[in-house]
Amino acid sequence: MSENTATMGKPIFSLFNIVAGAILLMGGILTILRFTQGLDAVTNLSDYNPWGIWIGFDLLVGVALAAGGFVTSAAVYIFGMKRYHAAVRPAILTGFLGYALVVLALHYDVGRPWRLPYPFIMQRGTTSLLFEVAACVALYLTVLFVEFSPAALEWLGFKRARNIVVKLTMLLTIFGVVLSTLHQSSLGALFLIAPSKLHPLWYTPYLPIYFFVTAVIAGLSMVIFESTLSHRFFSHKMDAAHLAEKDTVPLGFGKAASFVLAGYFIIKVIGISTGNTWHYLATGYGAWYLVELLGFVALPAFLYAVGVRDKNVTLIRWTAAWTVLGIVINRFNICLVAFNWHLPADERYFPHWMEIGISVFIVTLGIVIYRFIVTRMPVLYEHPDYDAH
Amino acid sequence: MSLSRRKFLGWIGAAGMTAAGSKASAATTHHFEGYPDSMAVLHDTTLCIGCRRCEAACNAVNELPAPEVPFTDLTVLTNRRRTTSKAYTVVNQKPGKGGRPIFVKNQCNHCLEPACASVCFVQAFKKTKEGAVVYDASVCVGCRYCMVACPFEIPTYEYDNAFSPKVMKCTMCHPRVLEGKLPGCVESCPTEALVFGRRDDLLKIARQRIVRRPEKYVDHIYGEREMGGTSWLYLSGEPFDAIGMRMDLGVTPAPELTAGALGAVPMVVGLWPVLLTGIYAMSKRKEKIAAEEKAQAVAAALAEAGEQAAARLDATMEKAKQEKTAAVEKAVKEALAADAKARAVAEIQGAAQAPEGAAGDEKDE
Repeated sequence: MSENTATMGKPIFSLFNIVAGAILLMGGILTILRFTQGLDAVTNLSDYNPWGIWIGFDLLVGVALAAGGFVTSAAVYIFGMKRYHAAVRPAILTGFLGYALVVLALHYDVGRPWRLPYPFIMQRGTTSLLFEVAACVALYLTVLFVEFSPAALEWLGFKRARNIVVKLTMLLTIFGVVLSTLHQSSLGALFLIAPSKLHPLWYTPYLPIYFFVTAVIAGLSMVIFESTLSHRFFSHKMDAAHLAEKDTVPLGFGKAASFVLAGYFIIKVIGISTGNTWHYLATGYGAWYLVELLGFVALPAFLYAVGVRDKNVTLIRWTAAWTVLGIVINRFNICLVAFNWHLPADERYFPHWMEIGISVFIVTLGIVIYRFIVTRMPVLYEHPDYDAH
Repeated sequence: MSLSRRKFLGWIGAAGMTAAGSKASAATTHHFEGYPDSMAVLHDTTLCIGCRRCEAACNAVNELPAPEVPFTDLTVLTNRRRTTSKAYTVVNQKPGKGGRPIFVKNQCNHCLEPACASVCFVQAFKKTKEGAVVYDASVCVGCRYCMVACPFEIPTYEYDNAFSPKVMKCTMCHPRVLEGKLPGCVESCPTEALVFGRRDDLLKIARQRIVRRPEKYVDHIYGEREMGGTSWLYLSGEPFDAIGMRMDLGVTPAPELTAGALGAVPMVVGLWPVLLTGIYAMSKRKEKIAAEEKAQAVAAALAEAGEQAAARLDATMEKAKQEKTAAVEKAVKEALAADAKARAVAEIQGAAQAPEGAAGDEKDE
């Protein structure tokens, strides 16, 4: 399958194209349904459950998993880890596509998507953390667009414009880290307003810090995860520098992820202590919390460390995938599972299949666009006309 | 005042100015008691008979669609009902002491510092000085964060409206109040279970009722301090959590729950670039020093190699010189020896063959 999906000039009806085409077709139909019949026709949202998986997955998970862009560019340009330089462009591209798709997904979720610029042009609700999220996401999407533009400009042959943008690299990177710090943490801070609805094990004043730290973990793990997939499906597009990074990126980023996960584990325990929520651990929700804490924080921290010590790249790659799954579970827990925990079961939310369909459609769209770009633009290789920048 | 103050704070804070610090700390110590002379409703649940006339009046006044079950049908009271986009208020029945039914009316409580208003990123909600929390659909994007934020689970959404969905909730009949009329539900209540008046007066009335009939009332006015205080006040003969009202909401006004996170924003904006530039400068400097050290090491190595090479060259030259001298000496010596030999041979061969001997000498040299 990999050979068929990876290369250009192969038959149009490859397995990848058929599956992706079917999903995009379904997404198109669901999109028409959503925008002509309203939210009620395609979602299980209710007055008790105003936020479903389009917020829990598309927004919260999407933004966290797109953190690879700011993590990698900060590591290379600010912390001076130049040997990961080849990882920057793919990470920036995934970040840009991730944020673009988050914004696209929000158009499905909000009631009147054509009003999405209203917080900026009509009335600014600056007491809202959602305003901060909106402002930072809008600005950061722009930053990512500019950060990615050299690849497109090289492809198009606009040398002068490309060189001007490259000169801005440092400024853009710092701006990107500031904006990411703000909105990644603010996504967690969104839930600070609802202590009466979010289970005490998950509700803590540290939510913004947890969200930021997990975003760093997600970013590091996603870079490993993506590079695994890219090396599998797009290795023919890579130059020597990218091929050489096949092992150095997992080893370096895995080590960092292990450290950050360990720190996150510690501040999670501090959170339970300061909230004195130990007794909840003995309940059903407590068991699920422990699955998240031990299975998706402590375990990957340990496995990453073992993988790095033994230079076991395969273990690091599986751990990266496991950690990404852990981030998904964490965001789902806060937004859906532990939210409204006080309500009777029949008032709780479970997504409609069409909500899941839209989410799958948006992810597929991202993969298709990524594939389109990396098979054309200099992302996985340096453009021959330019030096390493 | 409170909201405009927060709006002001937000902007000042976003600009990262120091004024935000003093204002923010003032906000934490100063308790907002509500607008002076603002209006409220007192709901005495001990007087409510569950007739649903308030629901009917609300429906009529707000021109909401006709309900599936007519308002005269009282069997729905025992269901667990909540506000919907088609019903701004619902009355629920709970079992009281000795099986006597208790009726509780549920609607927007019109908080003094509303969660919905503080989380709305287009300021669609506003706490009026008259007491109502009103909603402006003309700016609403439909993010539904107000519904997530509301601790009383009041705002609802028109999910079935594809093109102009609105948040729907009780307006405390704000337009009617401005006209000098009573809210629809209060006007229709046959038992004075609902009383409309100045919040300060209603609190006094409620307190008097508790004092006069301590056996009848629980010693608590729900809404006096819950979530920082609300403009809808409740009296009950049963513990409030037994009649479906949450007692674990606390007295902190909703905006304070997010004040810390909002306050951190200007700090991050101010300090992060400094920190990041510092780290960048340090890693750059490290690189520079490393490069310099490398250059020095290379230069030193080259110099050393040069010296060594020079020494070796000198030695070689010296050796070559010596070899050359030796060779010359040897050649001279050989020449002299040959000459001497030739002379000796010539002497032996005699004077007659002298020219031949001279030619032989030239050849040798």
